[in-house]
Amino acid sequence: MSLIRFTDITRCYQMGTETVHALHGVSLAIERGEYVAIMGPSGSGKSTLMNLIGCLDTPTTGQYELNGANVSEMDDNQLAEIRNREIGFVFQTFNLLPRATALRNVELPLIYAGWETGERRGAAAEALAKVGLAARVHHRPNEMSGGERQRVAIARALVTRPSIILADEPTGNLDSKTGEEIMALFDALYQQGNTLVIVTHEEDIARHARRILRIRDGLIASDEKRAEYRAARVEGQPPPALDPRPATLDPCAS
Amino acid sequence: MTPPSQRHRSRALLLGEMRESFLMAMNALTSHKLRSALTLLGVLIGVFSIIVVMTAMRVMQSYVENELSMLGANTFWVRKWPVVQFGGGGHDWMKYWRRQNVTYAHGRAVLEHAHLAAAVGIETTFWAGEARSRYGKSPPTVRLFGAIPGNFPARNWVVADGRGLLDTDVDSRRDVCVLGDGLAKSVFPLVSPVGQSVKIDGINYTVVGVLEPRGSFLGGDQDNFAVIPLTTGLGRYGRIWRSLDILVQARDQQSYDDTVEQVRGILRAARRVAPGKEDDFEIASNDSIISQFRAVTLAVRTGVFVVSSIALLAAGIGIMNIMLVSVTERTREIGIRRAVGAKKRNITTQFILEAIVLCEVGGVIGVVLGILGGNLAALYMELPAQIPLDWAGFGVLICSVVGIIFGSYPAIKAAHLDPIESLRYE
Ligand SMILES: Nc1ncnc2c1ncn2[C@@H]1O[C@H](COP(=O)(O)OP(=O)(O)O)[C@@H](O)[C@H]1O
Ligand SMILES: [Mg+2]
Repeated sequence: MSLIRFTDITRCYQMGTETVHALHGVSLAIERGEYVAIMGPSGSGKSTLMNLIGCLDTPTTGQYELNGANVSEMDDNQLAEIRNREIGFVFQTFNLLPRATALRNVELPLIYAGWETGERRGAAAEALAKVGLAARVHHRPNEMSGGERQRVAIARALVTRPSIILADEPTGNLDSKTGEEIMALFDALYQQGNTLVIVTHEEDIARHARRILRIRDGLIASDEKRAEYRAARVEGQPPPALDPRPATLDPCAS
Repeated sequence: MTPPSQRHRSRALLLGEMRESFLMAMNALTSHKLRSALTLLGVLIGVFSIIVVMTAMRVMQSYVENELSMLGANTFWVRKWPVVQFGGGGHDWMKYWRRQNVTYAHGRAVLEHAHLAAAVGIETTFWAGEARSRYGKSPPTVRLFGAIPGNFPARNWVVADGRGLLDTDVDSRRDVCVLGDGLAKSVFPLVSPVGQSVKIDGINYTVVGVLEPRGSFLGGDQDNFAVIPLTTGLGRYGRIWRSLDILVQARDQQSYDDTVEQVRGILRAARRVAPGKEDDFEIASNDSIISQFRAVTLAVRTGVFVVSSIALLAAGIGIMNIMLVSVTERTREIGIRRAVGAKKRNITTQFILEAIVLCEVGGVIGVVLGILGGNLAALYMELPAQIPLDWAGFGVLICSVVGIIFGSYPAIKAAHLDPIESLRYE
């Protein structure tokens, strides 16, 4: 059973008298443990697709199954529960609570999951340690760099151990070096068995993924799977680099 | 039935939400100090006005009830002014003001002709201030009463040492005085007061007796007074603008009503009230004064209820506006919460809890200031402080109600924001 199954999904927006078709009929399946990049020019429908996968939005027509559950039929409360349990979001603009510490930001999903304070703190601290921010637990977003903020957001996405982590242009607000650091973190998460879907319009970023979905004008234009890397990972070996990358981007390469 | 783990989970969720909301509310409060202060002020005034008046009323009530309980049994008062004035406005006031004063002659008429009475006292307060002797001085709150021998039984004054006032003291306007126990102790801490001289308002009076302590009423000093012959005081302080009080003690419960009627008849004759016209004086018993006082407090309470309702309504609308602004400002926060799994009702709860916290901060300050303010009356009258716990509880409760009522609309509005739009909000 696929983790995510889209069957002929459309999403239309009504703008006054005009109807904007953001998605024209998308069918796709994403399996557990995949690392997918969604690419496409601005306005092609990437974010719309992402919001649908993340259950923030519901399709106009079509059917969406997540873990075998029919999401397209769910009410608002059920969608909220799915988002809480199954989805971890990472946004371009980080979207942290500005006045809360890193720890409290990461705790947030666990509050709505109904965790006890002690367990919540423990899990949040652990997630922050995992993204390399053990020393920034009590800092507020405005006391952290962009890269650190995005790491907090990733820790928040991880903390509930979701089925899938969705990142919409996660490096869009970062310089290229920091962007690479964030991508290295995503790579590590992939190594640990997480399912990742990353929206980007940069080829350099998409290259980290093992599958690239290209969309154009609300339709899937191409879907490249790279079976050889999946195989390599299954055998427990580190994935070889797809392309020779500049050494400066990867401090561990030399 | 919900399985225990589920119930456990929802309790943890509620606690988490409460803590979260409290922190966010405090955050919102401290980051918009002026705006919060203005909002809080409304609630504060509303609650303060309730508590300050209710506290003051408690103080007054305990004062009146205590004062009256000090009178002898079956005693009533006759005076020009009602003891407690109830509403009526200027018209009533003019009516009382136009009345002739109750004079010493009127008092003497009652004293001589009211055969049903066990005792008749005539009294007035001449002055208040400091008394001193060679041995010590009093606090500046000594009251100087003028009285006649009949006041002693009517007021339950019992002589502990020396003697009370005699008719000859009154007839000859002697400069003698009888001291209350508290005053005697403060001006004569070591020696026996009887036979000594005490200076009150510049005049030396010879102490002829000391009264038994009346017990301090819940800590207030009831014995800080001196009694001089009424005639002595009238001669010294003037009789023209003065209206006296007549105190009449009936022999027993059975003859009480007849005694009242007899005194009424004597006074109507003495004051030449035409037959068929209403009395031009007030007769007040303990019971009638207490019930009049209760009527006044009821009226005041009603007034306070109206005033504070209006203040709280205004405060509520203020709260609602602040919350609406806060919802707009925090649109992105709402989007974030929704994205990580908050349901609509979690958002509603959070904003309502915030409104409650906001109101309670104002409310608790209002309650504290109200109790302090109301007790200024107690301080002034040297009475023990009153803490009306029931009203304090009511004040806190009403704040929560205001928070819930006026926080609901912004909270529901926040919950219905579209998560995707909210996440994009700048
Ligand atoms: N809320 C909306 N209302 C109207 N049109 C929208 C809305 N969201 C997206 N669209 C339209 O749908 C199309 C796809 O948008 P989006 O998914 O955001 O593209 P991308 O993320 O690839 O840049 C665009 O034409 C955009 O204008
Ligand atoms: Mg986009």
